[in-house]
Amino acid sequence: MNARIAHIASNTFREAVRDRVLYNLIAFALLMSGAAILVGQISIDIERLVVVNLGLTAVSLFGVVIAIFIGIGLVSKEIEKKTLYTVLSRPVSRWEFIVGKFLGLAGTLVVNTFFMAIGVFASLLYVAHHFQRTDGWILVALYFIILQFLIVTALALLFSSFSSPLLSAVFAFALFVIGCFAEDLRGFAAMAHGVSRWLATGAAYLVPNLSALNVIGSVAHSQPVAGQLILANTAYALLYAGMALCGAVLIFERRNLK
Amino acid sequence: MAAIDILGLAKTYSVGFWRKHPKVALRPLQLQVEEGEIFGFLGPNGAGKTTTLKLLMGLVFPTSGTAKILGGDIGDPRVKAQIGFLPEQPYFYDYLTARELLEYYAQLSGVEARTRSTRVREVLQRVGLSDAANLQLRKFSKGMLQRAGIAQAIVHEPKVLFFDEPMSGLDPVGRREVRDLMEELRQEGRTVFFSTHILSDAETLCDRVAIIHQGELKGIGVVADLTSTVEGKVEVAWQGATVPASLKALGAQCHSAGDIVRALVPEHNQDAVLDALRREGLRIISLTPVRTSLEEYYLRHLQPSGASAGARL
Repeated sequence: MNARIAHIASNTFREAVRDRVLYNLIAFALLMSGAAILVGQISIDIERLVVVNLGLTAVSLFGVVIAIFIGIGLVSKEIEKKTLYTVLSRPVSRWEFIVGKFLGLAGTLVVNTFFMAIGVFASLLYVAHHFQRTDGWILVALYFIILQFLIVTALALLFSSFSSPLLSAVFAFALFVIGCFAEDLRGFAAMAHGVSRWLATGAAYLVPNLSALNVIGSVAHSQPVAGQLILANTAYALLYAGMALCGAVLIFERRNLK
Repeated sequence: MAAIDILGLAKTYSVGFWRKHPKVALRPLQLQVEEGEIFGFLGPNGAGKTTTLKLLMGLVFPTSGTAKILGGDIGDPRVKAQIGFLPEQPYFYDYLTARELLEYYAQLSGVEARTRSTRVREVLQRVGLSDAANLQLRKFSKGMLQRAGIAQAIVHEPKVLFFDEPMSGLDPVGRREVRDLMEELRQEGRTVFFSTHILSDAETLCDRVAIIHQGELKGIGVVADLTSTVEGKVEVAWQGATVPASLKALGAQCHSAGDIVRALVPEHNQDAVLDALRREGLRIISLTPVRTSLEEYYLRHLQPSGASAGARL
């Protein structure tokens, strides 16, 4: 990787850590501890199912909130505080800045997810007393959640490159919610007719298909995830995030920093 | 070769939400700054100084024209590695310590890892921040932030420096230190281009100055040449209600308050006025320079065109 991108990414990571973003782990730890104790008392034979469902959903939601609320400020905050001026007056290209910021936040989310994953497995061990071979699929679900984060981060960065932080947050969150129902939207498009079919199909393929990246339910039921799906989802997420990032770069390259 | 060569750089913004209309921020600007010069870019607030600097830094894009720094295009990374920039009222990553901030900027500027720490230590010492090296910038005072700003601009030893209002917000001691630092930078052979609306700083430091108003260049040249056509004034105050008759012929404008008379006198008539007062036996209380000659020049060139330029916008 280009050294300047690495420096910008590492500074973005440092900012997130020093701004106490990782403090969300405390809330997550409390949630998982409470859930594990409660589930152990009230669930019979479905402790594993409840803990995996709850844990992975919490990992996803905590991460998406971080991705959106940090992501929307990645560019706009730098412009507002004029910190960008001293960066871009150096031999740093605008695309390097955007990519560095993206990788820095993505790195933060990966580290965050790593610690949360430890929490999920610890809770699972507490309620089930042992691990099963099928628990390995939880790692695949976590990997898909990270792919979701890449998409959401790239979208937040895209909106942040031309819009205000508030609007960027609204756009990114709306796309996340719609993306979670992308399969339903595609189903609706298939049933529609005429112009509405075209519009619905266009919208269904434009929004990120986050529902395809959600395998929490099947993993909680100890069902395996097909290798083909892993490859397809990886390619889809990288392509979608890459395109959103290219959009952010194209807009930012032309922007006057008044 | 000119260190900075501005070739008709101009910027017009579109303002308004529904009905956009153009707003001229900078009219085509021609300007050359030689290597090793301290060049002052003067003008009131909103004159177009910061826009010019942002254009040179590639932060905004010109409507027309171009500029070269050290003979290269302003967007060329090799050129940018030779530039140091201090924005107006700089904010920095306040979660970093001064040392971390400088290391980060040194990394981005391509300073080699083996010399980076030494370089950062030297620069911190040079701007007087050695004791605050490990303090987070959020705990810095305004003056300390300005020093950190200057430090980040020089950490990679650039050949050309751009300072936007470097003395802004500094106390008299801080301003003196910045002036001394700029003088040192010139002695090291670096080119310094700085914008200011504090004329005394420009008059003290600059080899040449340019005056800009409402986006238009109003004058450029060596301070002594620019001011050769204008003259400063001094205020003479004396005790006693008497005003010698000869003072009117010397161009003195007198105002009395109680038994104190104050007269505004052209600088070249200062000795003649003092002699006249002494001949009358009046007690001279004070002699104060009122405006430096650059201020006279500045005011003379900005005021008459202000109304017409304003009407154009």
